[in-house]
Amino acid sequence: MPEPVLRLEKLRKSFGALLVTDDLTLDVMPRELHAVIGPNGAGKTTLINQISGLIAPDSGSILFHGHDITGMPVDARARLGLARSFQVSSVLPGFSALENVALAVQSRSGSSLRLFGRAAEEAGLNEPAMAALGDVGLAERAQVPAGELAHGEKRALELAIALAMRPKILLLDEPMAGTGREETARLIAVLRRLKGRFSVVLVEHDMTAVFALADRISVLLYGRILASGTAAAVRADARVVAAYLGEEME
Amino acid sequence: MPASLAASPIRRREGFPAATLPATIFLVLALLPTVTWITGGSYLISVGSRVMIFAIAAVALDLLVGYAALISFGHAAFIGLGAYAVGILSAYGFTDALVSLPVALAVSAAYAFLTGLVCLRTKGVYFIMITLAFGQMAFFTASSLAPFGGDDGLTIAARNTFAGFPVLRNERVFYYIVFFCLLGTYLFCRALVASRFGRVVRGAKENPIRVSTLGFDVYRFQLATYVIAGALAGLSGFLLANAAEFVSPAYMSWQRSGELIVMVLLGGLGSLDGAVIGAAVYLLTEEWLSAFTENWKVIFGPVLVLIVLFARGGLLGLTSALARRITRA
Repeated sequence: MPEPVLRLEKLRKSFGALLVTDDLTLDVMPRELHAVIGPNGAGKTTLINQISGLIAPDSGSILFHGHDITGMPVDARARLGLARSFQVSSVLPGFSALENVALAVQSRSGSSLRLFGRAAEEAGLNEPAMAALGDVGLAERAQVPAGELAHGEKRALELAIALAMRPKILLLDEPMAGTGREETARLIAVLRRLKGRFSVVLVEHDMTAVFALADRISVLLYGRILASGTAAAVRADARVVAAYLGEEME
Repeated sequence: MPASLAASPIRRREGFPAATLPATIFLVLALLPTVTWITGGSYLISVGSRVMIFAIAAVALDLLVGYAALISFGHAAFIGLGAYAVGILSAYGFTDALVSLPVALAVSAAYAFLTGLVCLRTKGVYFIMITLAFGQMAFFTASSLAPFGGDDGLTIAARNTFAGFPVLRNERVFYYIVFFCLLGTYLFCRALVASRFGRVVRGAKENPIRVSTLGFDVYRFQLATYVIAGALAGLSGFLLANAAEFVSPAYMSWQRSGELIVMVLLGGLGSLDGAVIGAAVYLLTEEWLSAFTENWKVIFGPVLVLIVLFARGGLLGLTSALARRITRA
């Protein structure tokens, strides 16, 4: 059996009396798209924040390719190849779409301590950035300030930024949040095309997207993994249906 | 395709090319001394030098406030450190700029580094307060330097020489030295904000958490910016000490730090041009109003409030808004 890209071991986090991650253990395999679903407040975003390093767990460990990264700062994790998107779009509003992505390209291409040379004119940054924008269908909007993009376009831009980092694992926190049916379909198509290039942890409420994309699904409830397995297995699990899917499927 | 998608993706600023304004500013500054050949006297030249010296510090502050959203309320401390380096060295007989300039830059950069290590751990109001605290620390230290004049300051026997030549002692030559220091500072900062480094700093201004998740250690980039801005203010202090042939703790007072922030806000944040214009307008207004009344701040205060309230982009924002209205009409 291959070694998991990401392993969470007995992760535990509480905010005051509220236990949001409760002894959580989870493996993400190479090139796997692993969906994490669960009702609101199940601790999905907190989990993503712990993996990406924005929140420190109280105990337990996070292993990336077998190395313990539990105490590593956010930026160092990103340089290792952990890219993430945010549930609430957090693109840089004053930067153009292209510049948002070019900054991500810049983080993995040579030194950013260069004080001279116009970064906006570097083909070595702009070309990969345009390619990533093309992947998500935003090539024509490259010069528009990110703050002026429509909501669905911002979601796509989030994805392009993450792609430009050439991640080893991509953490997507509700990439379809608030998008219309047409945009959701487009994002699903984009993710399907990308699937298999790297591992993905997908937190999502849209069950159409989850069942269309996921290799494995873990169901999170009160900070615990209720069930984990293939889409078919999870769908058939009586506990999952009772706790979460029941209301969603009706 | 929705209409918004069809809109032209390329957006250009209307009107003149971007370099017109800075080119005009520096042309006016370069030609100013020729006016005094006609009118005679050196008043205009010494005022011009003073304006440009503060413009250097204001441009450096704009790098922090306008491009990195680091509102430093202790920027005058670095000017003071640069000035005291000149004063103290000349008290010990080191009167050449080849010694005092590198020392002035190094001392202010070192102070920026050491205080920046602490200040940049804080955000927002706390950053403002802690930079103020470090500024005041430098101020009180200078005030208590009894061997170097304490509160009264320290008179410098003569301006620095340069490699043994007394070039700084000619007002006109000094003016052009200051001019080239300002031009160099401006071009350096202009290149910096457009560079890879500057892009990270500008990105962190908009959303530091986002930029850190892209793999950048935001703290290091901000610290480097803080040190650069500190060293440039040290350059301004070196020139100020030579211009006045005097150094005083007042150079480092929090009022002076506040004035620098006002200059940057007055001209318009985050453009570098605005900092130069703001420094000129502030100091010239001060000069002009104080000729009428010694309570000139009573007039200047409300004017500042009006500009900050009604011209969010400072004077630069105001003029470009007016220009747009005129061209549309």
